[in-house]
Amino acid sequence: MQRSSVLRTQNVSKYFFSPEKTQVLKEVCLDVKKGEFVSVMGKSGCGKSTLLYILSTMDTDYEGQLFIENELITGLDAKVLSRIRNEKIGFVFQFHYLLNEFSALENVKIPAMKLGKFSPEEIENRAMEKLKIFGMESHALKKVHQLSGGQKQRVAIARALINDPLIIMGDEPTGNLDNTNSDIVFNIFKELAQDFHQTMLIVTHDDEFAKGTDRIIEMEDGSII
Amino acid sequence: MMWGLITEIAWALMVARGKQTVIAGVGVVFSITMFVALLGFMNGLNSMLDGLILNRTPHIRFYNEVKPNPEQPIQLYDKESHHVIRSIKPSASRLDIHNSGPIMESLENDQRVLGVAPKITTQVFYNVGTIDITGVINGVNVEKEADLFAFEDYITTGNVQDLNNTLNSVILGKGAADRMLAEIGDLIQVTTAQGNRMQLKVVGYFQSGLGDVDNVQSYASINTVQKMLGEPSSYVTDIQVKLHDLNLAPEMAKELSQIYQVDADDIQTVNAQFETGTQVRSMISYAVGITLLVVSGFGIYNILNMMIYEKMDTIAILKAIGFSGRDVNMIFIMIALTIGVVGGALGLILGYMAGLGIERIPFETEALPTIKTFPVDFNPRYYMIAGVFSVVTTYFAGYFPARKASKIDPVDIIRGK
Repeated sequence: MQRSSVLRTQNVSKYFFSPEKTQVLKEVCLDVKKGEFVSVMGKSGCGKSTLLYILSTMDTDYEGQLFIENELITGLDAKVLSRIRNEKIGFVFQFHYLLNEFSALENVKIPAMKLGKFSPEEIENRAMEKLKIFGMESHALKKVHQLSGGQKQRVAIARALINDPLIIMGDEPTGNLDNTNSDIVFNIFKELAQDFHQTMLIVTHDDEFAKGTDRIIEMEDGSII
Repeated sequence: MMWGLITEIAWALMVARGKQTVIAGVGVVFSITMFVALLGFMNGLNSMLDGLILNRTPHIRFYNEVKPNPEQPIQLYDKESHHVIRSIKPSASRLDIHNSGPIMESLENDQRVLGVAPKITTQVFYNVGTIDITGVINGVNVEKEADLFAFEDYITTGNVQDLNNTLNSVILGKGAADRMLAEIGDLIQVTTAQGNRMQLKVVGYFQSGLGDVDNVQSYASINTVQKMLGEPSSYVTDIQVKLHDLNLAPEMAKELSQIYQVDADDIQTVNAQFETGTQVRSMISYAVGITLLVVSGFGIYNILNMMIYEKMDTIAILKAIGFSGRDVNMIFIMIALTIGVVGGALGLILGYMAGLGIERIPFETEALPTIKTFPVDFNPRYYMIAGVFSVVTTYFAGYFPARKASKIDPVDIIRGK
């Protein structure tokens, strides 16, 4: 069965101009199919994070083309890109990146409220549901600073899932966690891939982590090898 | 839905930096309070001081000026040349206004006119023992004078109506009365310029607050003065007109002086300096008030800027999860406007209360007999200006930080970690 493409790039190149012009990405071509659990590996400075930011639509300063669900994303207006991020992409960062001003539950709810597709009650239910998947429901009303690192990361993953995104992107999601928590988070990703067939693209340099994924994309000096 | 979320986030950010937000708000409250109280107080004083003169000045005054005949006899002989010889001196024959009755009647019927009051001004000597003190007695129509020119406000002792009720009565200027040692009920003797003598009974004291006036001026009913001068009851030297709209005065004065063939002065020409003084004073108070508001605007600007630096992460996350630059912009504008609106509203209330407070402070001076406390002007216009200005300044104070926030590139922040 031919699975449809979720995320595709064509000859994406990127330059940094300070301190001098250097090419960080060299004509990268990449295709992530629906339901795939892909990890991107490589040494520090090989351009894997840079690639992820381009894929996430946050970085628009590149050459080449980016397609999401076979639609050209390159060159779209910033407002449209915001909408795409909101609706189709879920993020998990290396550091937890939750909003400290809100409770865990509210953090999960915010992208859904921004999307405005569901009623407030529905959003509340969905958010609780997502937290329940990760066993975080008892911490739902705690403020972010009352949570441990692993707990924060689980909440962040729940937030990434709230709008049922097309793809989840992770920038070293286990990079800042101890082994135990790292395992917990890894198992969560695994579970998402197996049980929910969630498409995921995770940047990591944790070999253990990468081995557990469907496909490993290795990068070196701005190219895929 | 969208607005609800933005409000919620704005609120959460404000609560997170509660102390600074409150301080920024207090800045706005203080400046609006001061603005309203200051303007109210300044303009209260202004209108009181102007009132001292302007309330008592007719908008248009008709009178006959003493002046030489413009057509000197020699001009009949040679119209072209410059004439050195002037033979005909000013005549004193007609100080009264010709046809005063019909003129007043036609003025009363004019739509633009609020009221008309006749008056006779005459020079007299108050005979005190062996010396004479010069003075002026104004013959007035008591009811009209009280109606149009707040005459009663300046009578410190005695009753205005006594001028009508008591035969040959006079209300003496306080200064003049003090010099003559005249008590209420005393008889004083005056001599007119024509040499007529008359005894007048003192029924009250008059105090305007202007020493020069109080030393000289006295008031009697118009009939008494006509009798004193030996003139008929049509004798009137001044016709005072009060208009509905003070600004029409110069134009009307010109127009009517031609129709009635009599001299006319308008209030703007006579009291130009008061107008200027008032304007300058209110300009100063506006300037001080607006300075206060602008300074508090800088306070808000600072606090928002700091907030943005502290909340870079939050802004980056918001953008990463799908908030556009405009949404972020609105969040910070919302914070600024909330501070502005809440601070402004509290400031208006406190300013009003400050006004009420100032109005209770006793303020008694010899010069201003009718004023017992500081005057405050509660003109709603100042409250509106302050309200609008508080919103506008806080909007601009929020605008630049908000724009900066909206331009933050989430990649920079996330990568920077």
